[in-house]
Amino acid sequence: MASVQPAPGAAPPLLEVEGLVKHFPLRGGLLGRAGRVRAVDGVDFSVARGETLGIVGESGCGKSTVARLLMRLIEPDRGTIRFAGRPVGSPELPLRAYRRRVQMVFQDSWSSLNPRLSVEESIAFAPMVHGSPRAEALARAHALLDRVGLDPRRFAGHYPHELSGGQRQRVNIARALALGPELVILDEAVSALDKSVEAQVLNLLQDLKEELGLTYLFISHDLQVVRYLSDRVLVMYLGRVAELGPAEAIFEDPRHPYTQALLRSMPSLDPDARTREAPLQGDPPNPIDPPAGCRFHPRCAFAEPVCARREPALAVCGSGHRAACSMVEPGSGHSRAPRRAEEVALG
Amino acid sequence: MLRYTFNRILYALPIMLGVSLVCFLLVHIAPGDPLVSVLPPDATEALRRQMAELYGFDRSLPEQFLRWLARAAVGDLGTSIATARPVAAEVARAVGNTVTLAAFATLIGFTLGAIFGFVAGYFRDSPLDRLASALAVLGVSVPHYWLGMVLVILFSAQLGWLPATGAGPGGSTEWAWDWEHFRHLILPAITMSVIPMGIVARTLRALVAEILSQEFAMGLRARGLSEFAVFRHVVKNAAPTALAVMGLQLGYLLGGSILIETVFSWPGTGFLLNAAIFQRDLPLLQGTILVLALFFVVLNLVVDVVQTALDPRIRRA
Amino acid sequence: MAAPALPAAEGEPAPLVRSPSFWRSVFARLRRDPVALAAAAVILALLVLALFGPWLVATDPYASSVLRRLKPIGTPGHPLGTDELGRDMLARLVHGARWSLFMGVTPVVLAFFLGAAIGITAGYAGGLLGTAIMRTIDVFYAFPSVLLAIALSGALGAGIENALLSLTLVFVPPIARVAESVATQLRNRDFVEAARASGAGALTIVRVHVLGNALGPIFVYATSLVSVSMILASGLSFLGLGVRPPEPEWGLMLNTLRTAIYVQPWVAALPGVMIFATSISFNLLADALRSAMDVKG
Repeated sequence: MASVQPAPGAAPPLLEVEGLVKHFPLRGGLLGRAGRVRAVDGVDFSVARGETLGIVGESGCGKSTVARLLMRLIEPDRGTIRFAGRPVGSPELPLRAYRRRVQMVFQDSWSSLNPRLSVEESIAFAPMVHGSPRAEALARAHALLDRVGLDPRRFAGHYPHELSGGQRQRVNIARALALGPELVILDEAVSALDKSVEAQVLNLLQDLKEELGLTYLFISHDLQVVRYLSDRVLVMYLGRVAELGPAEAIFEDPRHPYTQALLRSMPSLDPDARTREAPLQGDPPNPIDPPAGCRFHPRCAFAEPVCARREPALAVCGSGHRAACSMVEPGSGHSRAPRRAEEVALG
Repeated sequence: MLRYTFNRILYALPIMLGVSLVCFLLVHIAPGDPLVSVLPPDATEALRRQMAELYGFDRSLPEQFLRWLARAAVGDLGTSIATARPVAAEVARAVGNTVTLAAFATLIGFTLGAIFGFVAGYFRDSPLDRLASALAVLGVSVPHYWLGMVLVILFSAQLGWLPATGAGPGGSTEWAWDWEHFRHLILPAITMSVIPMGIVARTLRALVAEILSQEFAMGLRARGLSEFAVFRHVVKNAAPTALAVMGLQLGYLLGGSILIETVFSWPGTGFLLNAAIFQRDLPLLQGTILVLALFFVVLNLVVDVVQTALDPRIRRA
Repeated sequence: MAAPALPAAEGEPAPLVRSPSFWRSVFARLRRDPVALAAAAVILALLVLALFGPWLVATDPYASSVLRRLKPIGTPGHPLGTDELGRDMLARLVHGARWSLFMGVTPVVLAFFLGAAIGITAGYAGGLLGTAIMRTIDVFYAFPSVLLAIALSGALGAGIENALLSLTLVFVPPIARVAESVATQLRNRDFVEAARASGAGALTIVRVHVLGNALGPIFVYATSLVSVSMILASGLSFLGLGVRPPEPEWGLMLNTLRTAIYVQPWVAALPGVMIFATSISFNLLADALRSAMDVKG
C-alpha cells in the first residue's frame, strides 16, 4: 500500500478534529450518583484528502462514537471539527451542505436499509431530499447500482430482505455515494460479512476510492483488514488516541504498549510464532471510571509510578508517528523515556 | 430496590395529581350550569348561594381545583345530592362489598386461568392446548353482563338454585360471612371471573411456552431433572408476571365492576356509580371515580414494586 | 468501470427469487388458517347484515304491538320472537348489526389515527416534548378503561356522539403507548440514522421511513381492541348511556329485555349472543393476524 503522509506545506487536511469530547450521562435515578460514560475523551487527528485513515481499538474504545460525532448524528460536548478548513455547522459550512460531502456506511447491512423501500428508492432518497426530481434520482440510483456491481435491471426493484448480506452492503455503499461525498466513513462496514464476501467488498471500496477520488475513514476492530486498506492508522483506547501514524510504522514498529499487545493478539498462522501468554493482562477497561493517569497503566507490562500520576500526551516517535506513552515522551520521568536534549547535555 | 420503589412512588404522584384533575373536570364537562349539577332541583336560593360559595364557582378554575383537592385530601368528598349523606361515607360503605366480590372473582379467575394457561403452555399445540386456549378466548370475548344474565336465567329463574340479586337475603346491602350471603356471591363472582380467567390463561400460555422453549429448560431435562423439578422451575420463572397480571386484573375488576353489579344489584361501588349517573348526582359520581381511580394507581404501583422485587432479572443497581 | 463480477458460487446466492411482499405473505398464511377463515366469514356476514339487512328483512324493527309482546322463538311471523314492546326480534337484531358494528369500530378507527399521530410524534421527537406528551397520556392510561368510559359518558350524558367521544378517548392512550414504543425503537434504527445523516428533515423522515414501518404493528394492536370496543359500547347502552331507545342496538336491547328474563328468557338472551359472536370473531381474527405476522417475512 502506498503510504501518504501529510507533509508540512502540502494541501490542507480534508478533515481536522481537535479536542473532541463526548460523555453520555448514565440514568442513575433521582437519588443515585449518576456516572458518565466517557465515550470520547479528548481526541485529535486529521485526515488528508485522498488517504484512508484506519481507526482501530477494542469494543468500547469510542470509535463508533467518533464516527457518529463526525456525522453529527450526535453533538459533541466539546471540541471542533473542521472540514476543508471550515468549521462544521458554522455559517461557512452549514450542516446540510456538510452532509452532502461526508457520508457513512454502517455495520449492520440489514438494519441500515428501510425494509419497506426498494433498493432504488433507498438510494434515491438522499438526492430527492436535496432537491433532485424523482426520475433523475432514480436514474442516478441505477447508475450507482451498476457501479457497485449490482445489475440495476435485476436489483433496482427488490427489497432488502431479498438480498444477501454482501449485496445489501453494496447497496449501502451505493446509498452513501448518492450525494457525491468527498469523505466516506466506514463504520465496521465489512465486519458482519463472510470472509470471501468481505474480500470482494474491500476490493470494491478500493476501486471506488481510486475512481471517485474519495477519502476514507475506515473503522474496524479487524487489524488485518485495516492494514490492507489504510494509509495511516489511529489506535484508540478508552476514548483517547493511543497511537497514530503511517500504517507501516504502526504495524512494524508499534510504540504504545497497547498497540503492541493488540498486534500480538492477532492470531498468526505460523506455528513457530505461538502465543504463550495472554498479551493483555488485567481487567478490561471501564469507560465510566477510567484509571487515573495513563489509562492503560493497570494492564501495561511497563507501567511505573509516573504512569499512574500523569496522563501522557501524544509525543512524536517517528516521521508522522506519534504515541501517547510516557516511554515515548522525553523527560516524562519514565525510566525508558528518551532524555531531553538539555538533560543529555548536562550529562 | 429501595431506590426503585422510591422512584416509582415519585412517578406515581404526578399521575395521581393528573387523575384528580380529570375527576375534577368531569363536573365541568357536564353540559349545563355546573351549579345545577351539584344542587337538587328544588334548591332554595339560600342553598344555592351556600353551595356556590362552598364549591367556589365564582373563583377561577385552578383555584377551584385546589380547594376541591384540599378537601378531598382530608376525606371530604362533598355531599351526595340524592341521599344528602357525605359521599365519602357512601363510598366507604360500598367499597367493602366491591372488594369482596372482586377478590373472589380474581381468585376464581386466576386459579382457573392459571390451570388453563399452564396446561395450554405445557402441552402446546395438542388438543388439550386447543381446548384450553378456546376456553380462554371465550372468556375474553364474552360480554360479561350478558353472561350474568344468562347465568341468572339458568340458575335463578329456571333452576332456582341461587338468588338473582342483592348481597344478602331480602336484598340486604350488608355483607356477612355466612352461607346465606355466600349464595348471593356465587353468580356474580363467577360472572366476573370469566374475563380475568381468559386474560390470565392467555398470558400464562405464552409465558410457559416461552420458558419451556428456552434452551436451558431443555438442558435441565437433559441433565436428568425430574419433570416435577422442571415444573417448579417453570413456576418460579412465571410467577412474577403471573402475579402482576393477577394484580392488574384485580384493579380492572374494581374499576369496571359497574356492569356486573348492575345486573346483580350488588351494592358495591359500581352500583353506586350507576345510581349517581342516573340521578345526575355529580358529587357522588366524582367522588366514587376519584376513589376508584386512585385505588387503581396505587394498586399498579404495588404490583410494579412486587413484580420487580420478585424478578431477579429486573434488579436495578 | 464496473466492479468485479459476482461469482455465483461463493457466499452469495446467484439467482434472485422475487419473494412476495410482507403483507401478501401474511394474507397467504391467514388463508390457510381455518379458524381465521371462519372468523372472517362471520364478520363478513355481519357486514352484509349491517349494509343490506334492512332489505333482507322486510319487517319494521320499530313497529310495536301490545298484543304481541314477548312472543317466544318460533312464533309464526316472528321467527325469533318479539321484545317487550312487541317488536320483531329478528328485524331488530339485523338492524342492530349496523349500530353495534358502527359503535364498536368507529372509536377504534378514530383512536387509531389520533393515537398513532400522538404516539409517533412523542416517540420520534423524544426528549422533553415526548416525555410531556407521554406523561399526559399516562394520566388517562391510569384509569381502568371501563371506569373512564363510564365516567366520561356519565358526565357528558347519554347519546351516541357522547358515547363515541368517550370510547375514542378511552382507546387513544393504549394505542398512543404502542405507537410511541414502536417509534422510539425505529428512531434508533440505522436506516433512520442514515436518513438523518443525509440531511433529511424530521417530517420527511417520519413520512418516508417511520410511518411505513410503524403503522403495521399499531394497526395489529388496534384490531385487538375492536372486540373490547364493541363490548364496551354495548355495555354503555346497556347502562343507558350511549344509544337511546327506540334504536335497536344490541346492548340497549339487553337492557330493556332484562325484566323479561323470567317470562321469555331465551328471547331476552338473544342480543347477547350476537354481541358474543361478533366479539369472538374479531378476537380470533386479531389473534390469527398476530400469529401470521409473527413469522418473520
